[in-house]
Amino acid sequence: MNIEVRGVTKKFGRFTAVDDVSLTVPAGELVALLGPSGSGKTSLLRIIAGLEAPDAGAVLFEGEDQARRDVRHRRVGFVFQHYALFRHMTVFENVAFGLRVRPRGSRPPGVEIRAKVMDLLKLVQLDWLADRRPSELSGGQRQRVALARALAVEPKVLLLDEPFGSLDARIRQELRRWLRRLHDDIRLTSVFVTHDQEEALDVADRVVVMNHGRIEQVGAPDEVFEHPATPFVMTFLGQSATFAGRVQGGKAFLGPLAVDFPGHPHEEARPAAGYTRPHEMEVGRAENGGGGLWATLRHLSPAGAVVKLELADAEGRSFQAEVNREQHETLRARVGERLYVRPRKLRIFVEPR
Amino acid sequence: MTSATSRRRVLPGFGLTLGFTLLYLSLIVLVPLSTLALRTASMGWGSFWATVTSPRVLASYRLTFAASLGAAALNGVFGLVVAWVLARHRFPGRKIVDALVDLPFALPTAVAGIALTSLYSPNGWLGRPLEALGLKVAFTPLGIVVALTFIGLPFVVRTLQPVIEDLDVEVEEAAASLGAGRRQTFAHVILPALFPAWLTGFALAFARALGEYGSVVFIAGNMPMRTEITSLLIITKLEQYDYAGATAIAVVMLVASFLLLGAINRRQSWASRRGATA
Repeated sequence: MNIEVRGVTKKFGRFTAVDDVSLTVPAGELVALLGPSGSGKTSLLRIIAGLEAPDAGAVLFEGEDQARRDVRHRRVGFVFQHYALFRHMTVFENVAFGLRVRPRGSRPPGVEIRAKVMDLLKLVQLDWLADRRPSELSGGQRQRVALARALAVEPKVLLLDEPFGSLDARIRQELRRWLRRLHDDIRLTSVFVTHDQEEALDVADRVVVMNHGRIEQVGAPDEVFEHPATPFVMTFLGQSATFAGRVQGGKAFLGPLAVDFPGHPHEEARPAAGYTRPHEMEVGRAENGGGGLWATLRHLSPAGAVVKLELADAEGRSFQAEVNREQHETLRARVGERLYVRPRKLRIFVEPR
Repeated sequence: MTSATSRRRVLPGFGLTLGFTLLYLSLIVLVPLSTLALRTASMGWGSFWATVTSPRVLASYRLTFAASLGAAALNGVFGLVVAWVLARHRFPGRKIVDALVDLPFALPTAVAGIALTSLYSPNGWLGRPLEALGLKVAFTPLGIVVALTFIGLPFVVRTLQPVIEDLDVEVEEAAASLGAGRRQTFAHVILPALFPAWLTGFALAFARALGEYGSVVFIAGNMPMRTEITSLLIITKLEQYDYAGATAIAVVMLVASFLLLGAINRRQSWASRRGATA
């Protein structure tokens, strides 16, 4: 089932959490709402769920307005960051809860509930813990119980609020790969909120980047990463070096860099900035081809698959570059040495008027 | 063999604090109570049994336990409501209401008793209309329940309030998203979480009511066999210099209260173990 959000605005006092946001989540997709804290991503998720009412705008499921339907009747599965398990119930009872509170007419018989709950616990690989209480489980296990509980009511939409936010890094990675595989199996339209760009790019079919209550960009992970629509998306999705300056007469003068910029042929100068990711830098000792800058190597981290170089330009502004191991072996750069750095890819954003 | 190092506790001062606790409890609680038992022992089994099973004493036990239980139950219901409103809602005058809850703690119980009596007596503000409805409060067991409810209210509210404030709203939202109505959420999610604290508040209010004297004697009317509570009976015996008789009644009261509270405590710790933090 697809989700459509139309012009949704939500204010808390004088703070605008969600500012006229429109978004479509196609049926069966796994979409990430990505943004820093306070960007409105959780508020938007809660509005979709019906846990919060928007001040303006509408939420539609399969074209049907949900305004008059509260969270009880929306058939959404909601997974909370801190699990929100019922701690006086066993794992089994937690998962069965949604089925047991159904009105008498549509409540399945006990045997059916039992079979269904055990199926779900198998799905999240926790059937062996059915009789435990939440306090006896690890964080990752609790989150899987929360997921099974949400799936028990056969939701039409699955919404997850920072589902891996309170877990260790390693469990987090495991669990997000597992969530991706689960989604590939059940193909339930899902939206999850995260502030971790790596998580969003790794798991989602589509990433919605939010900032200050607005959507900055919507796109596939490689699309938002390679072709960011705004400087915010560029800087939020991974590291980047920034070269501030101006554009004028078809050229860009960005600090030590001077490159062609046909996007601005006018004689009038405009402030602009160029952004490059560390792995998009070519590092050498000669100025072959130009379009780069001389910089001093300040620090070198040779451990890992890529070698990280911390460099400083002539004015002392530092930026990062990454080279792979082979390049590092041939270059053999030393700290304090002057190197020529050429951005292979430079994304230039002219400041809006 | 356990080595000395493995038995060393992380937190220091266990021996000292345990010793202090035992000494303190002995001085404050155990020694006075044991003199009670000694006094009673001086009277011999036969006269002890005769004293504590006399119809007037038995009637006072029945009245005291029943009225205390009734008052604690009333507080259990309405104290929960008050605690809920104070913990969950913000409204003008909330601070004043919050302070009012503590008044029964602070007020001398005799003052409370006089106030309640003048309010509920047949020509009082509330007594007159209630009497017109055929309901007598002052000088009846009902009046005793009213007084005991008054003094017991803060115990339930003050034990429940912080627990309600700590309740995770997300848990209620989770229940709602799973299709549970407000009533189902309350019955299956909120109440079980509050139960241990509720039971504690109930036990405190109950225990307080069992020993209450000041607020009750004015409103009760103190008619033997009808509205005479055990504490009053003990005072009466004391006034007649029948110390042994007074302590005999008190010992029975003490043992009964101890057993009851012990049972509630066991139930309470069982419930809180079940609901250990998730």
